[in-house]
Amino acid sequence: MMIPACRLADLPRGEAHRLDIDPPVTVFHTDDGELYAIDDTCTHQDASLADGWLEGCEVECPLHASKFDLRTGAVDSPPAKLPVRTHEVVIEDGMIHVKVSTDAPNLPPCVASRLAKGPA
Amino acid sequence: MRTVAVVGASLAGLSAVRALRTQGYDGRLIVVGDEVHRPYDRPPLSKEFLAGTLTAADLALETDDEDLAAEWLLGARATGLDLAAGDRAVLLGDGRRVAADGVVIATGAAARTLPGSEGLAGVHTLRTLDDAVALKAELAEGGRLVVIGGGFIGAEVASTAQALGLEATVVEAAPTPLAGPLGAEMGAVVSGLHTDHGVRLLCGTGVKGLGGERRVDAVLLEDGRTLPADIVVVGVGARPCVEWLAGSGVPLDNGVTCGADGRTGVPGVVAVGDCANWYDPRTAGHRRVEHWTGALERPAAAIAALLAGDGASAGVPRPPYFWSDQYGVRIQFAGHAAGADSVTVEAGSPGDRDVLAVYRRGDTPVAVLGMNQPRLFTRWRKQLAAA
Repeated sequence: MMIPACRLADLPRGEAHRLDIDPPVTVFHTDDGELYAIDDTCTHQDASLADGWLEGCEVECPLHASKFDLRTGAVDSPPAKLPVRTHEVVIEDGMIHVKVSTDAPNLPPCVASRLAKGPA
Repeated sequence: MRTVAVVGASLAGLSAVRALRTQGYDGRLIVVGDEVHRPYDRPPLSKEFLAGTLTAADLALETDDEDLAAEWLLGARATGLDLAAGDRAVLLGDGRRVAADGVVIATGAAARTLPGSEGLAGVHTLRTLDDAVALKAELAEGGRLVVIGGGFIGAEVASTAQALGLEATVVEAAPTPLAGPLGAEMGAVVSGLHTDHGVRLLCGTGVKGLGGERRVDAVLLEDGRTLPADIVVVGVGARPCVEWLAGSGVPLDNGVTCGADGRTGVPGVVAVGDCANWYDPRTAGHRRVEHWTGALERPAAAIAALLAGDGASAGVPRPPYFWSDQYGVRIQFAGHAAGADSVTVEAGSPGDRDVLAVYRRGDTPVAVLGMNQPRLFTRWRKQLAAA
């Protein structure tokens, strides 16, 4: 599934853009000008990585300092134990699109149990 | 160095073990823990675990595929440290003696209790998994909860209990809760969450004692009032667990006195986590900081110091950071409020409990508080770290 995110011109380097899909996905524009898309929710606890600390190809969760590699989704620093999904980024006519992975997401336990119960 | 003993098997101890392995130490590694559990995460104990949304298995800090090649001595309490010439050894309560070339002190802190409350059913502290299991079972029975102490643990327990449907009261001896960590102004804003959500907050009065014979039935206040209570949680801080080091030669003063990198002054012995009273170059004084993030991050510097011997030291650590979740509001704080002479709300409004506040000394930001402001908070935290 290819989802339009935002215009490339509207996402400065060092910034992130969250797609409010379920589960949410965030596109990061690194200081070096690379674009990466990963699941927005930290796998440790419910926090948005779009609000996190972006440094190089790593984002640090704004809550508990888990770090994820934007290229692979791998955990670089605990407390998170599971990786986030990565998604393909495609730019067409100056528009950033995200091709959402079909893998199952690694959501933190409290979010997973909330989703399992269905909408409140 | 051929054998390192890490005394303490919680986050700081585990972080030290991980740092040893990632920094290339391949010798024997022994971890001593007085609880029977493998390392687990404590912050959810007053929140998600107590509320039932996380299980004990979810709290495990080690990953399934993690192999640290350590020997775990769990359920073993350290009772002494023998530093006789050339023969360092950790003494255990069961008489065992763990000889080691390097020792990492990570024995943490223990919840302070209320004198006279021993043996009275219904009275809890919350520090360990076992504490949380016991409290969770009692909260499930419902009733009137009185939390003694308006600090973060007390506030989180009150918030969780209120969501579970209990009637909760928080008693705080100081005129304003959280004035220590946040300053009076912001302490009032954050503790206003209690009354917003129908939890009674009584400030400026100490606790004289507890009522009840075998089970608590009331909290007696110094101002003469009596609060009926079915469950009491005592959240009045923690003391560093360093009694076992008395007389060992390791310098003690409100925990283990150590440098910014955890060096204790005793060769081959470093301290990390809640028991470490480390030198903070930013404030030019010693601080004992009971924050999860410090227990996660600081051991790397201490292990570098341990492995380097007299060698070079690590740089200045990031400013202390902590968070709290109460009544659905995410509270984050970084820096040192005590050093500030002004607090300015930069975004949001205190009345809405949606705030980004910056503490300054002169023109220099020294601390930042966020309530439901993770993005702005992260930016300010970055700025503090760079300062």
